[in-house]
Amino acid sequence: MTFVNRLRNFGVPFVFGVAFLAFWEGAVKFFNLKPYFLAPPSKILSQFFDNASRIWDAASVSGMNALVGLIAGTAFGVAMSFILSRFRFLNSLITPLAIALNAVPIFVLVAVLNNMYSITSEIPRRIMVSLVVYFIVLVNVAKGLTQVKTTHLELMRSYAASDIQILRKVRVPNAIPYLFTALKISAPAAVITSFVSEYFGGSQNGLGSRITSNIANSKNAAAWAYVLGACLLGLVFYLVSVVLENVASRGGGATNNTNK
Amino acid sequence: MSAVHVAGVSKIFNQGTPKQVDALVDVNLTVEPGEFVSLIGPSGCGKSTLLRLIANLLEPTTGAVTVNGKTAAQSRLDQDYGMAFQQAGLFDWRSVAKNIELPLELKGWDTEKRAARAKEMLDLVKLPEFADLMPWQLSGGMQQRIAIARALAAHPPLLLMDEPFGALDEMTREYMQGELLRICAETKTTVVFVTHSIPEAVYLSNRVVVMSPRPGRITEVINVNLGENRSEDTRAADNFFAGITAVREALRGTHADHANAGAIRGVEDR
Repeated sequence: MTFVNRLRNFGVPFVFGVAFLAFWEGAVKFFNLKPYFLAPPSKILSQFFDNASRIWDAASVSGMNALVGLIAGTAFGVAMSFILSRFRFLNSLITPLAIALNAVPIFVLVAVLNNMYSITSEIPRRIMVSLVVYFIVLVNVAKGLTQVKTTHLELMRSYAASDIQILRKVRVPNAIPYLFTALKISAPAAVITSFVSEYFGGSQNGLGSRITSNIANSKNAAAWAYVLGACLLGLVFYLVSVVLENVASRGGGATNNTNK
Repeated sequence: MSAVHVAGVSKIFNQGTPKQVDALVDVNLTVEPGEFVSLIGPSGCGKSTLLRLIANLLEPTTGAVTVNGKTAAQSRLDQDYGMAFQQAGLFDWRSVAKNIELPLELKGWDTEKRAARAKEMLDLVKLPEFADLMPWQLSGGMQQRIAIARALAAHPPLLLMDEPFGALDEMTREYMQGELLRICAETKTTVVFVTHSIPEAVYLSNRVVVMSPRPGRITEVINVNLGENRSEDTRAADNFFAGITAVREALRGTHADHANAGAIRGVEDR
C-alpha cells in the first residue's frame, strides 16, 4: 500500500517528466528545429556539464545575494512586526501599504538602487532581495503575533499574565508557523529577485546576467544550461525552508489543527 | 463569606452610542462556597457577560462584584478562580502536561512542583498516560478534560465555566457531566456554570439561575437538589424531570413577553 502510494507520489510525476523530455527531444529532431529556436534537452544537459564550474560560480554569486537578502529581510521583517503588534496604530498605517507593495513587482526598484552604489557592487541586489523578503515576513509574522485566539487571551488575563508574558507564551509561539510560511514564500522569491535584479546592470557574474549574455550571443543551449542551474538553486532554497519548518515543528511548534 | 457576591450590577456596552446594548441590568446573585450554580437563558441574556464580570475579564458599569471576600480585580490577580471555555483553548505548541502547568508557571512555581501538580491533575481527570502528547492528538472530550485540569491546577476555590461541554456530542457530554461532579466533590470547588442545556443545568446544579434578554436580567432562581450521589439513574428519576419542567417553565415565562416560541424550542434542543 505504502509502495503504491509512493509510486503515485513520486513515480508518476517522474515518468511524466521523463516522457516530456523525450517528447521535447523527439520534437526537435522530428521537426528539425534550429538551435537558435529550441535546443534539445540532450544538448542542454551536455552544456550544463561542460560549463559546470562556471555555472557553479555564477550560482554562488546569485545564491549569496539571495541568502544575504533573505537573512537581512527576515531579521528586519521580524523586528518590525514586533513593533507593529505593540503599536496598533502603526499597524493600521503600515500593513495595508505592505500588502499593496507585496502585490506589485517592486524588484524593478533595483534600477534606482544601482545608481546609488558603484557599478560592481552587489549591495543594490541584496537590498532589493531584502526589501522583497521584508514585506512578506512583515505581513505574515505581524498576523501571527496579532491573530491570537480570544480564548487564549481571556485565559491569560484570568491568570493575571502581564503583556510581556502574553507576548512570550502566546503571541510568539503563535507566530512561529506564520514565520515559516513566510520563509517558504520568500525563499523562492529571494532567488527570483536575485536573478531579475541582475538584468538591470551591474557586474555580469550571476546566473541571471549569464542567461541574458548567452542569449545575446545566440548560445541558446548554454543559456538553457544556466536556466537549469537557476532552477536548481531555487529548488535548494525552497527545500531548505521546508526542512527548517519540519525541524522547527518537530521541536514543539507543531500546529496540526485537524481536531479544531 | 460567600464565594461570589454580585450586588446591583449592570453592564452596558457602547454606552451613549447608537450601538448601546444593555447586556445586564440590576443583577444580584450570591453563590455560597461549595455550591454549583448554573446560569441558563437564551442567547443575548447576558449569562456569559455575568461570568466575565465575576472573572474580572469585564468591568461592571454599575454595582460591585466580590469574589472570596475580595474585589473581582484582586481575586483575578490572586488567581482565586480557574476558567474553562467552550473551546478547550489548549496551546497547540505545548504538551498536555505543559498546558496544565501554564497557570502555575505564571504563578512562579518551580519546575519540580509544577510537574508533580500536573501529574496529580492528570490523575484527577483520569488521563495520566497522556502527559507527553500534543493537544491535537486528543479527542474533543479529552481536550476539555485537560482544560478542566488546567483550570483547577492551582487548586482555586472557584471554577468558572462558559458552556464547556457545548461542542461535545451527547454521550461525551453526559460522561463529562458525571466527571465534573466527581472532580468538584473531590476538590470541594465552587462552580458557576453557563449553559444552554436545561437537562445539563438541572443535573449538575444546586441552583439554576434563569435569565432573560433585552435587557439581560435574572428572572428566577430554581433550587434543584438532586442529592449528593447523582448517577446515570438520576437522569431517569422523577425529581430530575420535575427540575427540568420547572426550569423550562421559568424560561418560557421569560419568553411569553416576547411571544417568541421558536427561541424556547431552540433552547430545548441543545
